[in-house]
Amino acid sequence: MRAQAEPQARDPILLMKGITKVYPNGLVANSDVTFEVRKGEIHALVGENGAGKTTLMKVLFGLEKPDEGNIFIKGEEVRITSPNDAIRFGVGMVHQHFMLAPSLTVAENIVLGAEPGKGIWFDRKQAERMCRELGEKYGLPIDPAARIRDVPVGIRQRVEILKALMRGSDILVLDEPTAVLTPQETEELFEALKSLKKMGHTIIFISHKLREVKELSDRVTVMRSGKVVGTSDTSQVTVEEISRMMVGRDVVLRALRPKAADGPSEVRLLVKNVDVVRDGTHVLKDVSLQVRTGEILGVAGVEGNGQVELVEVITGLSSCDKGEIWICGQDATGKSPGEIRDMGLSHIPQDRMVLGVASRASISENLISTRYNKQPVSNGFSLDIKAISKLGQELISRFDIKASSAQQPVGTLSGGNIQKVVIAREFSTGPQVIIANQPTRGIDIGATESAHKYLVEATEIGTAVLLVSADLTEVMSLSNRLIVMYEGQVVAYFDEAQGLDEEEIGLYMLGLKRQEPDEVIASMMGRPVE
Amino acid sequence: MRRNVGFELLRTGVAIAAALVIGFIVTSLVSESPVEAFGYFLKGPFTSIRRFGSFLEAAVPLTFTGLAVSLVFSAGQFNMGAEGQFFIGAVSATAAGILLDLPPVMHTIVCLAAGMIAGAIGGLIPGILKARWNASELVASLMLNYVFLKLGMYLITYHLRDPSAGALVSLPLKETSWLPQFTRNTKLHAGIFVMFLVVFLCYYFLYRTSRGYEARMTGQNISFARYSGVPVLTVMLLIQVLGGAVAGLGGAVEMLGIYRRFQWQTSPGYGFDGVIVAILARNNPLLVPVAAVFLAYLRIGADVMAMYADVSAEMVSIIQAVIILLVTAEAFLAGYRHRLTLKEVKQRASAS
Ligand SMILES: Nc1ncnc2c1ncn2[C@@H]1O[C@H](COP(=O)(O)OP(=O)(O)OP(=O)(O)O)[C@@H](O)[C@H]1O
Ligand SMILES: [Mg+2]
Repeated sequence: MRAQAEPQARDPILLMKGITKVYPNGLVANSDVTFEVRKGEIHALVGENGAGKTTLMKVLFGLEKPDEGNIFIKGEEVRITSPNDAIRFGVGMVHQHFMLAPSLTVAENIVLGAEPGKGIWFDRKQAERMCRELGEKYGLPIDPAARIRDVPVGIRQRVEILKALMRGSDILVLDEPTAVLTPQETEELFEALKSLKKMGHTIIFISHKLREVKELSDRVTVMRSGKVVGTSDTSQVTVEEISRMMVGRDVVLRALRPKAADGPSEVRLLVKNVDVVRDGTHVLKDVSLQVRTGEILGVAGVEGNGQVELVEVITGLSSCDKGEIWICGQDATGKSPGEIRDMGLSHIPQDRMVLGVASRASISENLISTRYNKQPVSNGFSLDIKAISKLGQELISRFDIKASSAQQPVGTLSGGNIQKVVIAREFSTGPQVIIANQPTRGIDIGATESAHKYLVEATEIGTAVLLVSADLTEVMSLSNRLIVMYEGQVVAYFDEAQGLDEEEIGLYMLGLKRQEPDEVIASMMGRPVE
Repeated sequence: MRRNVGFELLRTGVAIAAALVIGFIVTSLVSESPVEAFGYFLKGPFTSIRRFGSFLEAAVPLTFTGLAVSLVFSAGQFNMGAEGQFFIGAVSATAAGILLDLPPVMHTIVCLAAGMIAGAIGGLIPGILKARWNASELVASLMLNYVFLKLGMYLITYHLRDPSAGALVSLPLKETSWLPQFTRNTKLHAGIFVMFLVVFLCYYFLYRTSRGYEARMTGQNISFARYSGVPVLTVMLLIQVLGGAVAGLGGAVEMLGIYRRFQWQTSPGYGFDGVIVAILARNNPLLVPVAAVFLAYLRIGADVMAMYADVSAEMVSIIQAVIILLVTAEAFLAGYRHRLTLKEVKQRASAS
């Protein structure tokens, strides 16, 4: 028995010391990282895309084996070789890309691997009751009987958190939890995290949104290129100082917003009276909108109010039950995704891992997926390998993708760099219309700044942009015009997005206020069509 | 990249060695004189020109079916139909070889084309069922094997049979249709050139053409392919047809090069071996002939051992299974590889 010092409030609950992690491709993701977290604090971990944040947390959670270094929890050295070990030592993790079983219920996901029951029988009633009580206890209410595939991301995330708490985690790691949330959901999450902290839990929080870091955390650790730059009390540093530590230069996110054209101009994207019915309910109801050359139309709305379906219908991924879609004067209704892309449409999808990339394929292979049968990549029959690798290198440097080579499999990039691959591909084909669904999800401030710049630059050469984003500030600062979606309908239209009141938009988003449908259509379509 | 290839070779080598050791242990359990028996197994294919020849000959059909399966696997589809496609390809080539009257080279080409077309139709059917009604291509292609086997046997028995022969065999193919054999001792034949051409074409198709790219992306992530604008249904259909054509061509080559009259009473099993070859070659067409030669070596070695020692040829199935397991297990030797990487990174770091 070893004599143990009286635990003090400032004692580290977790100490990761001298951690080095080299990936099989030789990439050094963490290099001699020392990271210390105190009991009962909310500790933010920030850094650019590819800085090594997720890697460090995967080491802690037993998903990656460190090559060097030691981990101490509550003063004891521990060996964590699997998530089971991590859970045993009280570490829980909510991943950047969720890991739930979509066809199981909320309760089943939460108790998976720790099922209550008599013998081999799974006691559904008891499990559901336990989950409901757990949710209430921590201020994260859920419906235990709902299926994961039917609930919005905000709820899925709650499920992930509860799942960790269910297993008795007192150190909770959240990898970019707010990237997928609406402002309201973010507020709720923060409330829950603060009350968890009061109950004595320790929280490690990764985010690219420094405003949130400032609001929520007690201390902040900054990483850059696999190394720790420093740790400070959050109250002692400004947002600007943090970002300078991260990037090594000043970054300012300015509202860029393209100059709106005066008078009539060509309509590039026209959606007319579209209905989509799924399982007997209208997920889109009589939706009409138009986007003209050189402008950004923002779509605000709480996630799950028809934005996904709207984007799917426009891009040809699913068909509509009524209505028409026109792109650059061509009828795109019921056409295939390929035919629609040939009309000049680009699409940044909401979920990069599902639609945006083939993760085992290389970066260059992912970059050519929308032009593999066009010049200069192909002569229509055979591929030009030289041109492909040239394009790969060009786009990697132009879009600042952090990778060892164009041959690296996309799945081994950091989350933000995967998003950059998608952005690079979709922006570099000279599109007439861009559908951007959460284009800056998970990318750091520098890259967000660039993504905004690309959007605005595209409009300068006449591209029409439909911007869907859960980040209200982003839509409001970039868009020329704005619509709000609620329960599959366009409930408000604003001819001028500048100077709108966020609170008021919030009321429309929550369905507490709405404009007359005829009025919406009249004011949006009022100006001459085509 | 280079290091990767080197590592894969090393890993495959170690896997084979480990499997052979296990094979030897198994041999020791069943044989009175295991060293001798195992010696026959290892040296068997090299003990005479004829055996060496038959070992290389056996690799040819395995390469064709291995390629057929690799193509379809690359697009993320299943293909259990190479067996039937190979068989019906052989039957069609037989029919064309017996019934047509054409000048030499021309006749051969027409027979090969007949095999290809028959095989392609064999791929088209599960392809259409899948593309139109989303029917499992696995089940469809598997069931079609029986259809083709029975159809083929019907044609041979009732339309192409040689009545003067004692056994159930077809009439001999006309000499104008034959693929020439090189030497007297072995049956090595000009089909080997066709084989290398097809290996190259398959590689070229998958890695150097837009269509092949479509197929590979469909195999990697079908949602991504669709989102990108790949016509995924067309691609799935096309790849089944191509796979069928390659398997059917394999059957034709086998007839024109080796048998010269149809004499199978049952399906020869090259289609299912093709699945093994494709797995060993990791669907890479350039590695398919290597994997095929290897599998043929195991098979001939086993035959020789069964002939001269007290071990049955089935033992080779055990060795084969162990090798496939080890070669395909991603994690095998991963630790060793990681230590190599680490050393390299450290050297780089201290050098700079
Ligand atoms: N499995 C892997 N194999 C090879 N390299 C990898 C692998 N996973 C991550 N990397 C590399 O390690 C580096 C750090 O990645 P990590 O995911 O830790 O970054 P991050 O800080 O979480 O970034 P982001 O903010 O973009 O999520 C990146 O350059 C990435 O390309
Ligand atoms: Mg990350």
